[in-house]
Amino acid sequence: MEPILRVKEIQKSFDGTGVLRGVSLEIHEGEVIVIIGPSGCGKSTLLRCINGLEKIDGGEIWLRDQKISGLEKDLHLVRQKIGMVFQSYDLFPHMKVMDNLLLGPTKALKRPPEEVRAEAMEMLKRVGLGDRADALPRTLSGGQKQRVALVRAMLMHPQLLLLDEITAALDPEMVSEVLNVVIDLAEQGMTMAIVTHEMRFAEAVADRVLFMEQGVIAEEGTPEEFFREPRTERARRFLQSFTYASARKLGKRPLGSGEQREEAET
Amino acid sequence: MPDLGISVLFRGINFQRLLLGLWVTLRIALITIGVSLVLGLLFGLLMLRKNRLSRGFCRLWLEIVRFMPQLVLLYLVYFGFARLFGWNLDGELSAVLVFSFWGTAEMGDLFRGALTSIPKHQRESAAALGLTRAQINRYILLPQTARRLLPQAINLSTRIIKTTALVKMINVTEVLKVGQQIIGQYYREPAAAFWVYAAVFLLYFLICWPISLLAGWLEKRYQDGPAAGAA
Amino acid sequence: MDWSFIAAHVPDYLAGAWVTLRFGLYGVGCSLGVGLLCCLARYFRVPVLRGLAHGYIELARNTPLMVQLFFLYAGLPRVGIRLSAEACAVIGLTFLGGAYMAEAFRSGLESVDRAQREAGECLGLTRAQNIRYVLLPQALATAVPALFANVFFLIKETSMFSVLALMDLMNVADTLRTSGGRTVEVLFLLAAAYLALLLPVSLAATFTERRLRYAGFGNQRSV
Repeated sequence: MEPILRVKEIQKSFDGTGVLRGVSLEIHEGEVIVIIGPSGCGKSTLLRCINGLEKIDGGEIWLRDQKISGLEKDLHLVRQKIGMVFQSYDLFPHMKVMDNLLLGPTKALKRPPEEVRAEAMEMLKRVGLGDRADALPRTLSGGQKQRVALVRAMLMHPQLLLLDEITAALDPEMVSEVLNVVIDLAEQGMTMAIVTHEMRFAEAVADRVLFMEQGVIAEEGTPEEFFREPRTERARRFLQSFTYASARKLGKRPLGSGEQREEAET
Repeated sequence: MPDLGISVLFRGINFQRLLLGLWVTLRIALITIGVSLVLGLLFGLLMLRKNRLSRGFCRLWLEIVRFMPQLVLLYLVYFGFARLFGWNLDGELSAVLVFSFWGTAEMGDLFRGALTSIPKHQRESAAALGLTRAQINRYILLPQTARRLLPQAINLSTRIIKTTALVKMINVTEVLKVGQQIIGQYYREPAAAFWVYAAVFLLYFLICWPISLLAGWLEKRYQDGPAAGAA
Repeated sequence: MDWSFIAAHVPDYLAGAWVTLRFGLYGVGCSLGVGLLCCLARYFRVPVLRGLAHGYIELARNTPLMVQLFFLYAGLPRVGIRLSAEACAVIGLTFLGGAYMAEAFRSGLESVDRAQREAGECLGLTRAQNIRYVLLPQALATAVPALFANVFFLIKETSMFSVLALMDLMNVADTLRTSGGRTVEVLFLLAAAYLALLLPVSLAATFTERRLRYAGFGNQRSV
């Protein structure tokens, strides 16, 4: 089957430092790939290159049978087919939730507002925000904002959705309400490329995991393979950084020396 | 086609005359800047006092300056004072008086703005460290105020310099007036006016532009700039 | 103070104020247009135009309006470019004001998070749509105080029109002063006229700013 997205050997550098040094990947319809890696490895830049927020210095990007890298004039047409959600939500603060949702479909796609409004309402209800359509973004919690941002992207009916660390700015208790929406989307068959630091979530949602380091894809595999048995030493070290050595297992080392004295007395 | 009228500028001592006129302009500007700086700081402190009378006084001063075009103020002092009080002030003195009256208020307002823009927790966290009031002023408030004030004060001085062009209207022989005298002498050469006005335009630009650049540079430098970078 | 003199000449000042206000507003309107274009050229880094806009802004901001007007009105005709006093007034004020307005718009646009622009782009909006629906509404809300300050400043600067053959407020006053000799009354009326012109601008500015501050983004028209 023809992949939705093909990224061929792309290069990108900022001020002479190579951030992407030959990255290739394919995403097929209905597939969810999760890209993980240490900060600065280029994973966010990769997503930004895919929808043209950053210009690539070499390589090619294809959306189905259209070469989208190097486009200048019709970039907005491509972006109508690729949704993207950021860590900072980026709702438009001067518009109510519903107007945020309507902007893209009615202005970029020229769809009739009433039709979109009904659909938007439907989706808001689905993510549990049916009663917030007339709210201003600043009255929402971070988790609510991010769910609105997801709905806003989905209303464009994108062929591909890019999620760039969408829970990184959230308070811990709000992470799951957002990620559940993403899992719901995955179950509906949405094609997605996700950058995240939530390893449990990555394991649950991914069809394929890409591990990036220093501007290249260092390892690639199913979540089962990757999280149980990482093949590369670098991936292993990265995964270990998410576990903490337990103080209790190591034995208590009190600040004062009370315990030791007790032992000495007995 | 602008013909060779540009040579008018360099004939005889014409260019020196223009520069001499410019000096009159700058002299007025420099005195004004000096006076405004000193009085402006006092004015700013006066504005911050809780006293109703001093506040009302400052407010009135500020509003007069805010609402009256400098040219109107200039007319009021130059022509009005002569009639009202019988003071026949010469043009240059009137200009310095009016521009200082204006500059003091502007400078004072900038100073007050800079002082009050420092977040309250700066003072509080300094106090929490056990610093005395004088130490807080010396080490925390003064440096931050100065950083905010300096670029704006420098910008104000370019505005003062530009404003001095007005003194031509009250018969001070400054650069514009000298220019017109030169044009009058060379009335047979039509392009003379073009070049003389262009020269005056350029002279003002050459003085004000570097000062503006300096202000812009300082402003950028003093900003507690968040260094942005993509992941 | 001779009140009958004042009463007799109020109509002269009204006529003068109308000239000042009319050309002042033309100038303000054109300044807003020029300023917005210059600012957008710089914000979107349009090649060539961006450099031109920058050069123009520096030139206009660092020279006095009076000198600009003399150049337009007395300098240019000598090389064959003849402009009416009215045209000089509007062009001169626009030349000066456009640069100030551009700076006000720029600070407004810069206050809008770059991510907002990207969010708009990600929705597939064209550049024009992005400006129209996402960037400008937010930028304008921030720029309003600066824009009003510029309007206020420009209306004050119209006093320079007196170097042109225009019967604006300054020239009305000057004519009366030199002919009648009632300097005090003439100047009193002049000051009162400027106060009357500028007070509404000041009130409008305060009102708009207060509304923006308290309403936040609540009263924006929905798209």
